[in-house]
Amino acid sequence: MVDMKGNDQFYRKWVEFSIESLIRVLGFSSIGFVILIFLFLMREGLIALLDVPWSNLLGTRWYPILEYYGVLPLLLGSILVTLVAILIALPLSVGTAVFIREVAPGWTREILKPMIEVMAGIPSVVLGFFGMTLLAPLLHRYLGLATGLTAFTGALILAYMALPTIISVAEDALDAVPKSYRDASLAMGATQWQTIWRVVIPAARSGILTAIMLGLGRAIGETMLVMMVTGNAARMPITIDSLFRPVRTMTATIAAEMGEVAQGSSHYHVLFALGIILFLMTFLINLTAATTIFRKRRKGGLR
Amino acid sequence: MKRRYWVQRLGFGLLALAALVVVIPILIVIISIVLRGMSAISWEFLTEMPRDGMKAGGIFPAIVGTTLLMIGTAVVAIPVGVGSAIYLSEYAGDNLFTRSIRLAIINLAGIPSVVYGLFGLGLFVIFLQFGTSILAGSLTLAIMTLPVIISASEEALRAVPTEFRTVSASLGGTKWQGTRKIVLPQALPGIITGVILGLLRAAGETAPILFTVAAFYLPRLPESVFDQTMALPYHLYVISTQVPGMPLEIQYGTALVLLVLVLSLNLIATIIRSYFRRRRQW
Repeated sequence: MVDMKGNDQFYRKWVEFSIESLIRVLGFSSIGFVILIFLFLMREGLIALLDVPWSNLLGTRWYPILEYYGVLPLLLGSILVTLVAILIALPLSVGTAVFIREVAPGWTREILKPMIEVMAGIPSVVLGFFGMTLLAPLLHRYLGLATGLTAFTGALILAYMALPTIISVAEDALDAVPKSYRDASLAMGATQWQTIWRVVIPAARSGILTAIMLGLGRAIGETMLVMMVTGNAARMPITIDSLFRPVRTMTATIAAEMGEVAQGSSHYHVLFALGIILFLMTFLINLTAATTIFRKRRKGGLR
Repeated sequence: MKRRYWVQRLGFGLLALAALVVVIPILIVIISIVLRGMSAISWEFLTEMPRDGMKAGGIFPAIVGTTLLMIGTAVVAIPVGVGSAIYLSEYAGDNLFTRSIRLAIINLAGIPSVVYGLFGLGLFVIFLQFGTSILAGSLTLAIMTLPVIISASEEALRAVPTEFRTVSASLGGTKWQGTRKIVLPQALPGIITGVILGLLRAAGETAPILFTVAAFYLPRLPESVFDQTMALPYHLYVISTQVPGMPLEIQYGTALVLLVLVLSLNLIATIIRSYFRRRRQW
């Protein structure tokens, strides 16, 4: 061992250097993980494209036991459930965000904000369980459906899963609208409502859009609750009444079938291919959301 | 003139209605699970092994499993997440590289949980041959938790005023000394809050552990990190969908235990945050 006291200066520099290097590596780790995730999905999933003919993959039948791997019903199932969920969540979340930011008195805000945080923390499997045992039977009885486990049931609960994300990001967007905008509008004789509707919301438009994109990303990737309440029938959701029938999403298919497939079989690889599709879809959605955030930040708009 | 105010009243009423429609179902979910689950909760339920194909007995191994997974996740995710946040807040410049890191974090946060499960299966279970094990599950959950911990920690670090760093440097401290002895302690409450919120997410997730660690029915405790284990969220999924004739009481009881675990962590995080925000001197 070197004499530490004599080399104190050197020793300290060395510690500083090694710690800085370590922190730098940790800082880059996120990029590494995204790449790693993509590589491993590709490693197991790309083979599906060689293994299974395109006409089969792009078919309308998902029936793995007979080697029908048509992903269309699953893709459309995911899109149907997600879009309906966002349609439900949109007015509720923007309305709530505006209410919290612009209208609600202090004490209401103090109750609402923690409630929404609690909501964000409820595990999706608990919501799924609630949907299965309490909501589905209600819908089954009162809407006169053959079963309560439908695309609509899934979308309804999924909307509540996406709500906290959309509300909190939309709130930030409203918060970023300068007070001078509101003052100017009120000074010109507009009511508070007119100010909110014609000045504040338009000014926060891109931030609200970001919020919706992030909510969309969450909704399309949600797995457990969708698997538990949508009924999981892999059929093409193209008729008018599809919304009130069982449907099956990509996420639910992976979760339900991966446990039972033989490693290295075509079925196994196709499930990974579904993972690639999901990865790319959420990647694009989040990229779109992120670019609006970055553009705003550079223009100083988000402050 | 008068009409404008009626419109305003109507508008505000609709906004309040939206907030109610958001909040009330959450209360209904929580209350109905508490009411129906309460009767199942007993000392035996919390501390005994399941019996009769899970139709009787307790959920002890699932509670232990979820606790172990949270510890495993914390061990991996805290150093990586906090280190990454220190880099972003204290060392990184405003350049293309930093922007790519931020982009990566946003994307990491958006990757579906079931895709994390696939990734964990591909990398940890199969490629690195950890098998379906606590190790593979914790690593998968840790990577999923990272973005939450990084964002919260970075925010906490950035909130520490620049003067703290300047003063430390003016006394001859190196950058790392300033960060470790001055900035980090000041940011600690915020970091702890972020870590708890991240772990709470990990505790409630099912999809990432489906193929990496979760055991359907394993009425004994794991003995090493290479063992499988039961876990609360997966157990709830199993008994509510996979086992016919499962007593409803046990299902609600399990849901309640999971809910209480997650909500109490949430509460702790909120208390820490508000306590230190009030006590903060700057």
